[in-house]
Amino acid sequence: MNELASVDWSRAQFALTAIYHFLFVPLTLGLSFLVAIMETLYVKTGDLEWKKATKFWMTLFAINFAIGVATGLIMEFEFGTNWANYSWFVGDIFGAPLAVEGILAFFMESTFFAVMFFGWNKVSKGFHLLSTWLVALGSNLSAFWILVANGWMQYPVGMVFNPDSARNEMANFFDVLLSPVAIAKFLHTVASGYVIGSLFVVGICAWFLLKKRDLHFAKRSMLVGASFGLLTSLFLTLSGDESAYQVAQHQPVKLAAMEGIYKGEHRAGLIAFAFLNPDKKIGDDLHPFIGDIEIPYLLSFLGYRNIEAFVPGLDDLVYGNPSKGVVSASERIESGKIALSALKSYREAKKEGNAALMQESHTLLTTHMPNFGYGYLDRPEQIVPPIALTFYTFHLMVSLGMWFLALFIIVLFLLMKREIMRYKPVLYAALWSVPLGYIAAECGWIVAEVGRQPWAIQDLMPVHIAATNLGSGNVMISFTLFAILFTLLLIAEIKIMVKQIAIGPDGGH
Amino acid sequence: MFELLSLLQLQQLWWIIVSLLGGIFAFLLFVQGGQTLLFSLPANETEKTMLVNSLGRKWELGFTTLVLFGGALFAAFPLFYATSFGGAYWVWLAILFCFIIQAVSYEYRKKPDNFLGTKTYECFLYLNGSLGVLLLGIAISTFFSGAAFHLDENRFVFWDNPLRGLEALQNPFNYLLAFTLFFLSRIGAGLYFINTIDHDALHVKIKTMLRSQTLLFLLFFASFMGWILTKEGFAYDPLTKVVMIVPYHYANNFAQMPWVLALFCLGVCLVVFGVLRTLFSTSKTSIKPFGVGVVLTVMALFLTVGLNHTVFYPSLSDLSSSLHIENASGSFYTLTTMSYLGLMIPFVVAYIAYAWYAMNREKITEAEMNDSSQHHY
Repeated sequence: MNELASVDWSRAQFALTAIYHFLFVPLTLGLSFLVAIMETLYVKTGDLEWKKATKFWMTLFAINFAIGVATGLIMEFEFGTNWANYSWFVGDIFGAPLAVEGILAFFMESTFFAVMFFGWNKVSKGFHLLSTWLVALGSNLSAFWILVANGWMQYPVGMVFNPDSARNEMANFFDVLLSPVAIAKFLHTVASGYVIGSLFVVGICAWFLLKKRDLHFAKRSMLVGASFGLLTSLFLTLSGDESAYQVAQHQPVKLAAMEGIYKGEHRAGLIAFAFLNPDKKIGDDLHPFIGDIEIPYLLSFLGYRNIEAFVPGLDDLVYGNPSKGVVSASERIESGKIALSALKSYREAKKEGNAALMQESHTLLTTHMPNFGYGYLDRPEQIVPPIALTFYTFHLMVSLGMWFLALFIIVLFLLMKREIMRYKPVLYAALWSVPLGYIAAECGWIVAEVGRQPWAIQDLMPVHIAATNLGSGNVMISFTLFAILFTLLLIAEIKIMVKQIAIGPDGGH
Repeated sequence: MFELLSLLQLQQLWWIIVSLLGGIFAFLLFVQGGQTLLFSLPANETEKTMLVNSLGRKWELGFTTLVLFGGALFAAFPLFYATSFGGAYWVWLAILFCFIIQAVSYEYRKKPDNFLGTKTYECFLYLNGSLGVLLLGIAISTFFSGAAFHLDENRFVFWDNPLRGLEALQNPFNYLLAFTLFFLSRIGAGLYFINTIDHDALHVKIKTMLRSQTLLFLLFFASFMGWILTKEGFAYDPLTKVVMIVPYHYANNFAQMPWVLALFCLGVCLVVFGVLRTLFSTSKTSIKPFGVGVVLTVMALFLTVGLNHTVFYPSLSDLSSSLHIENASGSFYTLTTMSYLGLMIPFVVAYIAYAWYAMNREKITEAEMNDSSQHHY
């Protein structure tokens, strides 16, 4: 087993890379479609104002895209560099979506990206427009494949464990591809990208309107951004509901942490707002919140589509609740240790050529395989993720999502009434909502990834087993180098972006 | 269709695909080679901008191929992915750092208020083209020279050298492939510039550069081939899977797989033909035979180190931990599924070729670089 510090540095490095990467990905996902819509309007109407708008947003898209590519490269290879044990244990399943992402999505993006930016006078209008749409499609396809891989880590399906190779092997590609968790994750994530792209366009247009510059361009772009934002915000809400439903079905510990539930109950309410009680511990009788606003029955309904449903709390999941059919973590740890021991027996029997013992061990291993990862844990409390971080980021994400929906409605209403210029607070709100979009997206990822700790692969492999045996010194240095480099590049990106926005749609490509 | 193949045939098929990707990636390194010429080749800023823009329209293809190369290795040979990337940590991270700085440099170099300054981004491009390529060459050379690691019963990797991959820099033979790739990439860049940029003065300078770089390339390439053809190789018994050291194993592989030898010879001839044709005629399209030649040559080298019961990632500290296509590969099901998905590759190649053709019909000119309504790097 690796020393804890090395694992923690690897986690920190992956978190750093993922957080930086996801500062750029959502804008690529959202802005690519917005640019494609604007170019379509140009091609359809022949109106050069739309071409000007397309080129302006395209310039900002390129600045963002470049750094997204840079951070994305690292993420793919970090599975190998920092999570080598994981890469072997599930590489047979996890590697395929990454390879397909390369074949189907990355080449589409990179090939047509060049046409999109340099092809205005080299290819026909139609081919150029097709290229722009293909960049948008490629970006979203890329998101699909990587989220299939991520969805599989949250809810591993479509595989069997091979004791001879000591790894999981794919048994059904379509189970992996069409896993309900993966689909929900994909839809919710790309929807968040569309909303951020819309917030970005609406926010920058608000800045132009506040500065009383390029008014015609700004109002047109804002209309496209707000319309797209409203539609995708509604979709974001629906996909968020489905995503939470899948969490309830497959990751009850995460759901309990998201909602701060310690003692499970029927007709559980949804916590709309609360402060966690810092003295609260698993298994004690303290109240989990210091003041809270709860919407009755809603959690049971959203999580299980039934207001009578029992929602297990952390106490139930850690210590068990036989009356509700909830198995304790201790029992699962015991079962996991039997699985590990059976694997060892299987190997020894194979070496000795003892077919009967091999068969017996294999049967035992298969029986206890669902708890395999628990065998690496020592205490039942280890299955609980950081509650405060999961709880607050979840609630912040949901609140911001609601705010974005309201903002798009207000902006669209005022644009339709041609009164947007009169409501400066709305314009300021739109402008300041741009960073809020990024905060919401990062919160979403923190909920998804921190909320599933200690698992690298749900129930199969905890992070301290998944990590490469590196030693903390090596990862500490690489973490520091990444932090410095990414921060420098982020500063450069923001400065360039701000300058290009200030230059406006009439100059500088 | 692919279900009818045996596991070994699928493993061989995927090694061939990985080898092809390696060949394509080696060809696309011309972008890196071009980046190392940015400080020496152009006489003024306009010429430099022409070079950068010429490369800038292709850098993403190389970058994407690198990502696909990694993804294909992860999917088809996950034990190699886990062992090499997790073990030789610092070499791979150094390579990745070189590629991160490339990704932003084209777009940010000339943008106003770019924080780090134009020169810094140009230095980033130079670093990517020089250090990045040299390190890649050294990392790939360990396929022949080996690395110090062992695997435990779960096949989790343990690296037996505290330098975590940087120890490969201490083996002088690894530099032979590194510099071979470095000079090859510069030759590729020269041919690509001649093909895509309409500028007589640049063409003259490029031809002068090609002479010296070709001589250096041939020197290192011949040395590299001399080394691998005379050295002991790592092979495994097809029945017992026991790994052993075999004299002249790579030379034997060429002899025992004449089709690989034919690919290799054809590839080398096309590379030489591409260069000579450019030097001694007015042809501007020699990047095509040169490119095919690079792909075939590099592919043949990968095939030599992976097929015919050859260990492609030898362990110097525990021979039995060495990796070959049979013990490092994905399962039968995954390789079969991936093979079906791989049927889309010709379609992908077709649209890349079409887009390349459409974009290169008109050459890059000074006039285009001075047109402010266009997107430039």
